[in-house]
Amino acid sequence: MLIGIAVMFELIGWSTRGSSFLFNGQRLLVMVLQVSIVGLLAIGVTQVILTGGIDLSSGSVVALAAMIAASLAQTPNARAVFPELTNLPVVVPVAAGLATGALAGLVNGSLIAYTQIPPFIATLGMMVSARGLARYYTQGQPISMLTDHYTSLGAGAVPVVIFLAVAVGFHILLRHTRYGKYTYAIGANPLAARVSGVRVERHLIVVYTIAGFLAGLGGVVTSARAASGQAGMGMSYELDAIAAAVIGGTSLSGGIGRITGTVIGTIILGIMTSGFTFVGLDAYIQDIVKGGVIVSAVVVDRYRHRLPAKA
Amino acid sequence: MNGKSQARATACRPGPVLVYLSRMHYLLEVEGVRKVFPGVVALDDVSLRVSAGTVHALMGENGAGKSTLMNIVAGLLTPDAGDVRLRGRVAMIHQELHLMPSMTVAENVFLGREPLTRFRLVDDAALARRTAAVLATLNVDVDPDARVADLSLAQRQMVEIARAVSREADVLIMDEPTSTLSEREVAKLFSIVADLRARGKAVIYITHKIDEVFLIADEVTVMRDGRVVGSLPASQLDRDRLITMMVGRELTQLFPKNNVPTDRIAISVRGLSQEGVFSDVSFDVRCGEILGVAGLVGSRRTEVAETLFGLRRPSSGEITIDGAPVRIDSPVAAIERGIAFLTEDRMSSGLFPPLNVHENMEVPVLNGEFVSGGFVRQTRLLEACRVAAAAVHIKSPDQLFEPVQHLSGGNQQKVLVGRWLLTAPRILILDEPTRGVDVGAKAEIHRLIATLAADGAAVIMISSEMPEILGMSDRVMVMRQGHVAGIVERSEANQVELMRLAAN
Repeated sequence: MLIGIAVMFELIGWSTRGSSFLFNGQRLLVMVLQVSIVGLLAIGVTQVILTGGIDLSSGSVVALAAMIAASLAQTPNARAVFPELTNLPVVVPVAAGLATGALAGLVNGSLIAYTQIPPFIATLGMMVSARGLARYYTQGQPISMLTDHYTSLGAGAVPVVIFLAVAVGFHILLRHTRYGKYTYAIGANPLAARVSGVRVERHLIVVYTIAGFLAGLGGVVTSARAASGQAGMGMSYELDAIAAAVIGGTSLSGGIGRITGTVIGTIILGIMTSGFTFVGLDAYIQDIVKGGVIVSAVVVDRYRHRLPAKA
Repeated sequence: MNGKSQARATACRPGPVLVYLSRMHYLLEVEGVRKVFPGVVALDDVSLRVSAGTVHALMGENGAGKSTLMNIVAGLLTPDAGDVRLRGRVAMIHQELHLMPSMTVAENVFLGREPLTRFRLVDDAALARRTAAVLATLNVDVDPDARVADLSLAQRQMVEIARAVSREADVLIMDEPTSTLSEREVAKLFSIVADLRARGKAVIYITHKIDEVFLIADEVTVMRDGRVVGSLPASQLDRDRLITMMVGRELTQLFPKNNVPTDRIAISVRGLSQEGVFSDVSFDVRCGEILGVAGLVGSRRTEVAETLFGLRRPSSGEITIDGAPVRIDSPVAAIERGIAFLTEDRMSSGLFPPLNVHENMEVPVLNGEFVSGGFVRQTRLLEACRVAAAAVHIKSPDQLFEPVQHLSGGNQQKVLVGRWLLTAPRILILDEPTRGVDVGAKAEIHRLIATLAADGAAVIMISSEMPEILGMSDRVMVMRQGHVAGIVERSEANQVELMRLAAN
């Protein structure tokens, strides 16, 4: 599918514009760059979906983490959020951003594990509240004038490197560790997992906390790249992240999916955005087509999985 | 449901009208019905006649074919051969009640046939009035506007009966209606049943409780292994005769039994209770011993097993393992103590359907020697899975890597046995270990259980299959309604004795 879409744009490119879509280093970089934040969230939500859950809060958590990290990464200036806390070592805002994300995830996970409310509701609540908190933090004012050290975290190809490194790490985590095996087991059958000696509640809390941590990382990278923190950052990223996971073959019913699939799903989203722009498709029509691609990816996937089961 | 059964009743009507008229006093006639499910003959040449104004008890062990027969009468299943002749409507009151909990009593009683106003809206006033009238004829004191979720189980059952009566059903089938009722509620139910009989209805009453039969039934039909053993007026029967009819079966299966119980007590349970569920359960299991646990549906055997495994909290009682008192408050704690638990329903609490064979087996052992620093030692783990899979003889096309949902029921069960084999359990709790598996797999699972016991494991085996209990157990504990009705030595265990203890 990835190749199919890429080839399609390549052909359209040659026939209508006489230039290559793929063989353009700059465009390839931008293509992955613009989805690397969504990619980080997609990795987090993939493991959540593997447990049979969902995380709708990641986009809002990006904004909250971006605001908090940016507020601690400012150079001395007249409009600093914390005038006494400027020019801090870069580790402080980064740690604050990551901790913010992890804390939001911890709240999600605890709610889901101990109150038994559906993950959809718990993370929907966090989605709304975290966005509100991000706006309340500076009364909606953007936070700018960030240190060079901090902004360098989002410069050039750094977000792509972070995304791919995290992807490799989580691929290993899910395939080769007890953490990964338990994650799949819970999604495949939570009751059987409990009977098999998995501490289901505790594990779910860890899974959601890690998803929040990755959203926090997304917030740090986003604000570093934009050299500012804005409460509107990451808007609807959670849906793109879920789409990337699902396009990559992760089953919403839990227990089925891989990080490699999610990475491919993320890149498909990137190719679509770049490709549509490349062939000059109207932005509104881009969204219409994107929606169709998401749905057809799942239909195709379901069909593919059903055939061998019947045989 | 009614429409369907009526349609067939018409289709099955025998040729000459005179024959039909001469049988008028029977509301239901079943003749020579046969029903085959894949691999099992569920009903074979079954005949049954139920007259108007009688209560007809239908008895038999679990799996005797009662429910299948009743589903055929109610039109939910089609027989492969034979005739079902029905005069009037039939209504079934299920063991698991089929009510909508979030709707009111009135809405449930008239579900699908609500009285309408001339604007085609539901006429709530008429609905309440008519429901109140139905409830009054049954002498049931339930508010038509109450939500079903707020009612007691007994009240819900009354609502089900009201629904059946309001549909003017002539034949009412009640499937173990008293299994969840208190004594007072049972008396109430019996008065309603007596009233229905007086009004000329026919009531088919499925039950395991022998005493109830003599209290309420006019006629009794006993089924066994898909056949009718006999149909007699209740007045010609007594307890002993009834029990013999229910269990009188030859033991033809051979059981591979080579374990010898030692003197060492592996697990000792004293006064284990869970409020409102079971009480004062006490027993010992020795190393190398197989303790069979027999009992009817609702005897709370599974609940006791779940408590031993930490899935439920006891309200009182003591568990001792190897002489030391232990607290088991989670499956993790149970597994650490060397307990394994093969659950009754492999789909809901056993298998991980999307995962493959080894992923299904390895979950309980992801610690100790198979994990280092959180990383799974894949080679070592796969080797252990391979050994366990070979020991249980899993037949799988792609061996350890076949998705478990592609395997047969018997092989899936073997995967689960293999899972617990990996943990090298010292106490093995098996809940219906051979339910829904084919004969070959069954024999292999029996052989494995015996081998584990021979190697010194203490085995607690819950089973509803008499031959399995008698063939495998060194001792048999019989449970009845949350109590231990008795513990019988192998030499004294026989079907009649066990059924006497189980059925009260």
